[in-house]
Amino acid sequence: MNREVIEKIRGSFSSEIISFYEDRDMPEFIVKRDALLRFVKFLKEESDIKMEQLTDITAVDWYKKKEERFEVVYHFYSYSLNHRLRVKVNLREDDVKIPSITDIFKGANWFERECYDMYGIIFLNHPDLRRILLYPEFVGHPLRKDYPIDRRQPLVKLRRTEERRERP
Amino acid sequence: MGEEELLKGAVITSRLDESIKFFDKVLNWARKYSLFQYPFATACCAMEYMTTMGPRYDLGRFGAEVPRFSPRQSDLLWVVGTVSHKLAPVLLRVYEQMCEPKWVISYGVCASSGGFYNNYATVQGIDSVIPVDVYIPGCPPRPEQVLDALMLLQKKIDSGEAKWRLSGKKRDE
Repeated sequence: MNREVIEKIRGSFSSEIISFYEDRDMPEFIVKRDALLRFVKFLKEESDIKMEQLTDITAVDWYKKKEERFEVVYHFYSYSLNHRLRVKVNLREDDVKIPSITDIFKGANWFERECYDMYGIIFLNHPDLRRILLYPEFVGHPLRKDYPIDRRQPLVKLRRTEERRERP
Repeated sequence: MGEEELLKGAVITSRLDESIKFFDKVLNWARKYSLFQYPFATACCAMEYMTTMGPRYDLGRFGAEVPRFSPRQSDLLWVVGTVSHKLAPVLLRVYEQMCEPKWVISYGVCASSGGFYNNYATVQGIDSVIPVDVYIPGCPPRPEQVLDALMLLQKKIDSGEAKWRLSGKKRDE
């Protein structure tokens, strides 16, 4: 992505961009939550940015490391202009809500469901926000750092160790 | 046990006990060479299973030639790969649908112990869900290990460990 385009984005959203960072693989913007929808729409529709593809949505849990615990990460790619861009939004633990971008990118649907499943981030106005990988009976969100690594939630009654060598 | 060996010791008597024993022997001999298998393949071990089924290692030599994709038609369940807690009810159901006598081989470390997946999702060994007859270690196991496991299972069937299935507890009582 060339300089002018980056400067254009920074100029258009000067008050909404919290910070900008030229990472080694792609430029990275940290934006305010309220501006996310406008920002993503801008990236998609502007003729010299043209982000046609939403590559990924994920999150990072900075448990006890940062004051704003969660970081939702969006990756974009433009087929026609062959450039990439990363957008991050920081969320506080007591308010893990973020607007869904499914209206702009349909493909965000399952990404956001996965993100909800693993991190418990609530995507507002998502058409069908429920677990996608885990089963509905599962309690908690396993990729949060405060989820114990070996807490398993079996659906069937497990055989005890001494039963295992025997036939039922 | 070869055919001659089997028939050498065979004396058909009028006594019920001994004739049942002889019947058991013949039945077990037949069973161990006609294992119909159900591959419950969930992960990369399945590739190695295919290799073992292929012409080079040829599991068919041991009479375990035909994979059946319905549990109702099979008597050997191969659990090939990682089983997650979401999948465990499915595995249990497949096992329960199989007709007696039935055997289970746990293929690879993931199925046997969870392997390196010590996390929220993975069953730590399928023997916490269903009973297992033979465990195969390895990630993935070599085909030789698989053949060895099958031969071990044949030995187990031949030794009459399945006898309880045929007659149940009623005869012993």
